[in-house]
Amino acid sequence: MVLPQQGARLGRKDHTPKPTQGFQSWLLRLLVHGAALFTFSILLFLIGYILVRGIPYLTPDLFSLEYTSENCSMLPSIITTVEMTLISLLIAIPISVFTAIYLVEYAKKGNKLVDLMRLTTETLSGIPSIVYGLFGMLFFVTQLGWKLSLLSGSLTLAIMILPLIMRSTEEALLAVPDMYREASFGLGAGKLRTVFRIVLPSAMPGILAGIILAVGRIVGETAALIYTAGTATEIPNGLLSSGRTLAVHMYCLSSEGLHTDQAYATAVVLLLIVLVMNTASALIARKLTKN
Amino acid sequence: MNVKYKIKDLNLHYGEFHALKDINLDLPEKQITAFIGPSGCGKSTLLKTLNRMNDLVEGCRIDGTVLLDSEDIFDRMDVNVLRRRVGMVFQKPNPFPMSIYDNIAFGPRTHGVHSKSKLDEIVEKSLQDAAIWDEVKDRLGKSALGMSGGQQQRLCIARALAIQPEVLLMDEPTSALDPISTMKVEDLVQELKQNYTIVMVTHNMQQATRVSDKTAFFLLGEVVEYNQTSELFSMPQDQRTENYITGRFG
Amino acid sequence: MSWLFALCACMSIVAVALICVFLFANGIPAMKEIGVFDFLLGTKWAPKNHPASYGILPMIVGSLCVTLGSVIIGVPVGVLTAVYLSRFCPKKLHRLLEPLVQLMAGIPSIIYGFFGLVVMVPLARMIPGCTGVSVMTAAVLLGIMILPTVINLSESAINAVPNSYYEGALALGATHERSVFFAVLPAAKSGILAAVVLGIGRAIGETMAVIMVAGNQPILPRSIFKGIRTMTANIVIEMGYATGLHREALIATGVVLFIFILIINLTFAVIKKRGEKR
Repeated sequence: MVLPQQGARLGRKDHTPKPTQGFQSWLLRLLVHGAALFTFSILLFLIGYILVRGIPYLTPDLFSLEYTSENCSMLPSIITTVEMTLISLLIAIPISVFTAIYLVEYAKKGNKLVDLMRLTTETLSGIPSIVYGLFGMLFFVTQLGWKLSLLSGSLTLAIMILPLIMRSTEEALLAVPDMYREASFGLGAGKLRTVFRIVLPSAMPGILAGIILAVGRIVGETAALIYTAGTATEIPNGLLSSGRTLAVHMYCLSSEGLHTDQAYATAVVLLLIVLVMNTASALIARKLTKN
Repeated sequence: MNVKYKIKDLNLHYGEFHALKDINLDLPEKQITAFIGPSGCGKSTLLKTLNRMNDLVEGCRIDGTVLLDSEDIFDRMDVNVLRRRVGMVFQKPNPFPMSIYDNIAFGPRTHGVHSKSKLDEIVEKSLQDAAIWDEVKDRLGKSALGMSGGQQQRLCIARALAIQPEVLLMDEPTSALDPISTMKVEDLVQELKQNYTIVMVTHNMQQATRVSDKTAFFLLGEVVEYNQTSELFSMPQDQRTENYITGRFG
Repeated sequence: MSWLFALCACMSIVAVALICVFLFANGIPAMKEIGVFDFLLGTKWAPKNHPASYGILPMIVGSLCVTLGSVIIGVPVGVLTAVYLSRFCPKKLHRLLEPLVQLMAGIPSIIYGFFGLVVMVPLARMIPGCTGVSVMTAAVLLGIMILPTVINLSESAINAVPNSYYEGALALGATHERSVFFAVLPAAKSGILAAVVLGIGRAIGETMAVIMVAGNQPILPRSIFKGIRTMTANIVIEMGYATGLHREALIATGVVLFIFILIINLTFAVIKKRGEKR
């Protein structure tokens, strides 16, 4: 190998830093900090703005049991939201947790059916809520004849949150160390017993965090509900009667344009619920990573 | 023999841990100095101090001075200029996920070379100097990740050469390579010493004897012995050195 | 008992199948009746006219416009914020900011829409020639709404890049910024691309927020300062009183939207798979 005199040929340059790199780095740093500042100040401004403008309008009137067009009470819709959330969770939790159990504990790798399950789950998580709304309207409301009702709305939402709970459950199950399972098998416990007594309890915080996120999604959902649960203002008096959740209530208020003050107040309540849900989920998740 | 690096009373702490203790070393110019010692003895830490890669480590505190051509590297010297003058080759080959050409051109571009003809020249030159030009000249546009481990390591050496450093720091450059690639890299290092000051950390004592001019033996953060390689291995002055090179610990 | 788990696991397949069947069965006949070309490429949407015309091109273009606008705004800001969180942010601050990003993802779209209506629309009206409710307002609002999606996925992509790339660049004398942007970011590009695609999916499917700030005129957009109607808005606004062919045409609009989403999801899956292989 011929080794030419590299140092001599190209010549040693002086050692001052090239101003290009200095300026470029400064610019990049500016961009990065600027973007982060923009993102977080928008978020804080949004929250602050809604709270500051809305809190003064939080009057006792808004929480009376009966809705009239004068008081625009949000209590009925809060109750509807709670009912809707409970029913959706009641349906979605067992299905999604069992699915996750199947995928993690039972399914064999390379099974075509399992691949299809994963593909459809991912598809579900990417479908926008308006498409869920359309489907719910066509299937539950029209085809099954359940009309605009609590039941139609809850089932639509249940499908919508399936992938959410499923994914967090799956991650939580995967995070359970195999030695727990082996220890349980070693004591002569069967598969089912191991899953329910050992694996699920240790995965519980992760599952819970996912469920809370799902609740947040339900509470904030509008597009999927307008044409499945409807916009009736009363508290629904049965599974097959219509009712509006808080988010739908807020949409109606703000699109009518007559009740901006009440819309602000409703936004405050909605935002607070979401804040609490997110904090709870984050705290649980943080506890999880600590262990 | 000119001294390239002069290390005086160097102490380094990682938080509470005293990783380097009172190091005093003069590294000669255009020679190969090997750092040997059992793992955790501080040899890699010292190497990383020489181009201030330790700056990245949280809780790292350095006292003492390191002079490069009698300039203090911790004082007033721009860290990026230092790293341009002192190239580094890592334990595991770490080509960027880009084409071979762009890998080599990364350094020059960083330091303000943008003319295509100039870059072409530097790329060819560096690859030739790293003895890999003939193997890659027909696929400069291909991803560097498609090369073999040995080729990747020589590419990384070429990448370091492309910024025309004065010193090359090598952190166990062959520990991830097969014997044949190792031999190629060792040959290359021998050639490179004509133009560069080379400091190499190695786990492998045979490698140190094959390649280096001087050797420093490290133990528990101290330099136990520093001498011409031939002398250090043939008649070690310190009992601990003898124990180590005869394989009694480490 | 395992058969019960398997049965539950099949529910997602059943759900997707049902959604496809019901949407297509209710939407396709309308497309046929109107004529696929007249439906997709017709520029006039006037279901109450005699004879009625059902061209949804304005809505398709509308959706694409606001989505493009949101990408132009949301992607640079989102990716740069992800870079900040991953490589520039002090650890303590990160513990605070990370939940904020999750919160941003959790805020209901109706709140974003309301915020757009009461804050951004009046602001936009100050621009000469801008009607307030406009393509631009919707694009900016959607750009903000896709931020958490883009940030989350980009940040994990950047975090997944081996540290050796960063160190390698530093050792060549590159500054921290240059190392991050020219060695780390290129290595994360497939992950970031996936983030962008998912962000597009979010933007094109967004409904309630867009309705409140886009103006909703079913005509081809003339300027970014004028109003527009998206496919999603078309469905929500008219479904309440639509009957017969009109109703079916709205469902067909949903089908078109659904197909867009499927294509986007597929792209996302392909990019992700390719990224994993490497």
